Amino acid sequence: MTITETERIKVLVAKLGLDGHDRGAKVVARALRDSGFEVIYTGIRQTPEQVIEAAIQEDVDVIGVSILSGAHMTLMKRLMELLREYGAEDIPVFLGGTIPIPDIEPIKRMGVREVFLPGTSLKEIVEMVRQAGLERRKRRGW
Amino acid sequence: MTDYREDFLKKLRDKVERWERETLPKSLSRYPERMERFTTLSGIEVKRIYTPLDIKDTHYLERIGLPGEYPYTRGIHATMYRGRIWTMRMFSGFGTAEDTNKRLKFLVEHGETGLSLAFDYPTLLGIDSDDPMAHGEVGVTGVAVDTLKDMEIIFDGIDLGTVTTNMTINPPAPILYSMYLAVAEKQGVPREKIGGTTQNDPLKEFIAQKSYIFPPEPAVKIAMDLVEYSVKNTPKWNPISISGYHIREAGSTAVQELAFTLADGIAYVRHLVERGHDVDSFAHRLSFFFDSHINFFEEIAKFRAARRMWAKIMKEWFGAKKERSLWLRFHTQTAGVSLTAQQPYNNIVRTAIEALAAVLGGTQSLHTNALDEPYRVPSEFAAKIALRTQQIIAYETGVADVVDPLAGSYYVEWLTNKIEEEAWRYIERIERMGGMIEAVRKGYPQKELTEASYRFQREVEEGIRKIVGVNIFTEEDEEEIRNVPLLDIDPNEVEERQIRRLREVKRSRDNTRVETTLNNLRDAARKGENIVPYILEAVKAYATEGEIMNVLKEVYGVWTEPIIY
Repeated sequence: MTITETERIKVLVAKLGLDGHDRGAKVVARALRDSGFEVIYTGIRQTPEQVIEAAIQEDVDVIGVSILSGAHMTLMKRLMELLREYGAEDIPVFLGGTIPIPDIEPIKRMGVREVFLPGTSLKEIVEMVRQAGLERRKRRGW
Repeated sequence: MTDYREDFLKKLRDKVERWERETLPKSLSRYPERMERFTTLSGIEVKRIYTPLDIKDTHYLERIGLPGEYPYTRGIHATMYRGRIWTMRMFSGFGTAEDTNKRLKFLVEHGETGLSLAFDYPTLLGIDSDDPMAHGEVGVTGVAVDTLKDMEIIFDGIDLGTVTTNMTINPPAPILYSMYLAVAEKQGVPREKIGGTTQNDPLKEFIAQKSYIFPPEPAVKIAMDLVEYSVKNTPKWNPISISGYHIREAGSTAVQELAFTLADGIAYVRHLVERGHDVDSFAHRLSFFFDSHINFFEEIAKFRAARRMWAKIMKEWFGAKKERSLWLRFHTQTAGVSLTAQQPYNNIVRTAIEALAAVLGGTQSLHTNALDEPYRVPSEFAAKIALRTQQIIAYETGVADVVDPLAGSYYVEWLTNKIEEEAWRYIERIERMGGMIEAVRKGYPQKELTEASYRFQREVEEGIRKIVGVNIFTEEDEEEIRNVPLLDIDPNEVEERQIRRLREVKRSRDNTRVETTLNNLRDAARKGENIVPYILEAVKAYATEGEIMNVLKEVYGVWTEPIIY
C-alpha cells in the first residue's frame, strides 16, 4: 500500500455526549494523522446529529467515536439509527472508551465495527481503521 | 555554602569516584542494568544512587525545616497523622438522590470520615435532566441534581453540622453550594458550622477536565464570587479546590500538574487582591487537589515541593502574613488513569501504592479508586475495598506514626528540589505570557498536555513504559473481567425517575417567585455584583439548575475551545 492511498482515507474522530475526557480521542486523532490519514476532530460535547452531519458533510470514510461517560448505549443507538436514516450505513463506525464487557456485543449488534477498550494499542487502532477505510473506498470504486 | 563540612564532601566525592571506578564496573559486568536510561513517569532521569553530594546545597534549616513551620516542606501540622488521621473521603454518587443517600450512609457506616459527591454530566454542565442533551447521561457517572429537592434527599438523615462534604462541581458551583446551605438551614445547622469544599476551579476546566461553560474571565469572576461570599458567610467552607488532578489525568507530567495548578492558584489570588481583598482575609480558605500516580517517589516529592512553593508564593509574592495563609492544604485522589481494564483486580494494588505515596506526601484527605472504575462508577463491593485500603495504611502499617519519614532521603530531597526547579520554570513562562488566564486563552497548557499524553502513549507502545496486563504479563482475561461484579444501574429507569421528580417540583413550586428570583439574578449579574446571594434565593425558590445556568449563560456567554491535538 502506498502513502497516497492512506492519505485519502478520511476519518472523523468525535467526542459524543457530555464528557470532557478528550485525552484518548486526541491521542488517537494524532496517531491517525501521523500515519497519513486525513483527520477531522470534532471537539467535545457532540450530539449524534452533529456527528452524522459532520461525517456526511466531510464525506469521511470512517467514524471514530469516543465515550467515557457511560452513556454509550443510548448515544450509540441513536448514532447508528441516524447513520441508517441518512443512508450512510456504509461508513464504518468504531467506538473507544470505558465500555463494560457485557455492553460490547449489544453495541456491535447495532452495527459498530469494533469497540476499543482502554489499553488498546494505537497500532491496532490505526490498522483496523486503515482496513475499514480501504474497504469502503474499494466498495465505492475508488 | 553548605550544611556539610567541606572536608567531608571532599572525602565523599573521592569515595564515590573510587566506587564508580572499582565497585560499579564489577557489578555492571555481572548484572548489566535493565535500561540505558531510567526515568520517572514524568521523564526526569534518575541516577542509580544519591548521596549527600546531590543535596549539598539544600540548607536544611531554610529549605526543609520542621513540620508546621515555614516553608512547610515536611507538612503543615507539627504532629500530622499522630494527631489525626487524614480524612477518608470517597468520591461517590450515582443514580438519583435516593441511590446516593444510601451509598453515603453505607460508606459512613464502614468508617468513611468525610463525604464527597460525584455529580452526573448534566449536573456538571448545568443542564436539567429533561434537556435533550442529557438523554442517556442522567445519573450515570454521578448523582443527578436538578433542584434543591434532590439535595434534600441526598442528605436525608445526614447531619450537616457534623459531616464535611466535598462537591466536585465547577461552573455551577455557586448553585450546588447554595443548595447545601439551604439544606443546612432546613436542618437547623448554623452557617458557621457547615464544612466542606466546592471544587470551583474554572481554569483547570479549560486545561483538562473540560466541563467549562463560560469564557475564562467571567468563569474566574463567578468562581471568585463564591470565594468572597463563602469566606464571609461560611468560615469553615473551602470555596475552591485548586486542582491538579484532572490536569494529570489528562496526560500531564507531575511537574506540569504542579506548575499549572500553582499558576491557577496565583491567578485566583491576584483576582481577589485586585478586587480589593487583603490576601490574609481569604488565603487560609484556598485548598488544593492533586493526583497520586504510580511512580512512588516522584509523587511524594511533588507533594513536598508543592507545599514549599506555595508557601513561598504567598509569603514573597503576595506578602501574606498569617501562618495559615501559607499552608497548602490538599486532597488527593489516586490515579484513575493508572488503572487498567485488563486484570482489574491488580488495580487494588496500584491504588494501595498510590495511596501510600499520598500519605507519605502529607495529604489532608484522600480518595482511593475502586478496582472496577475503568468500567463504571464503583460497586459497593469495590468501593469498600478501596476504603479498607486507606484504613489498612492508617492503622496497620505504622507509616502514619512518624511525620514526613522520607525527609533526609538523598533521593527524595533531590527529587523534591528537581521537581520544584522545573515547576518554577513553567510558572515563569506562564507569568511572561501574562498569567494563566492568558495562557489558557492561547491554548498553552492545553498544547503541553496534548504533547505529554501523546509522548506517554508512544512510550507505552514502544514498551519503554511498562504496564502489567497491558504491555507485559498480558493474558486472555475476559473471564476475570466478566467476574467483576459491576454496579447494576439502568440509566433509562434512573432518567425516568429523575424527570418525574423534576416535573413534580416544577408543578408544586411558586413559579412567580422563581421568575422574580431569576430576574433579580440577571440584574445582579449584569451590574457585576456578587451573584451568590441571588443564586441562593433562586435555589430556595426551587429554581432548577438549568434555569439558573441559562440566566448566567445569557449574561456571560459561553466558551468554545480552540481545537488542539
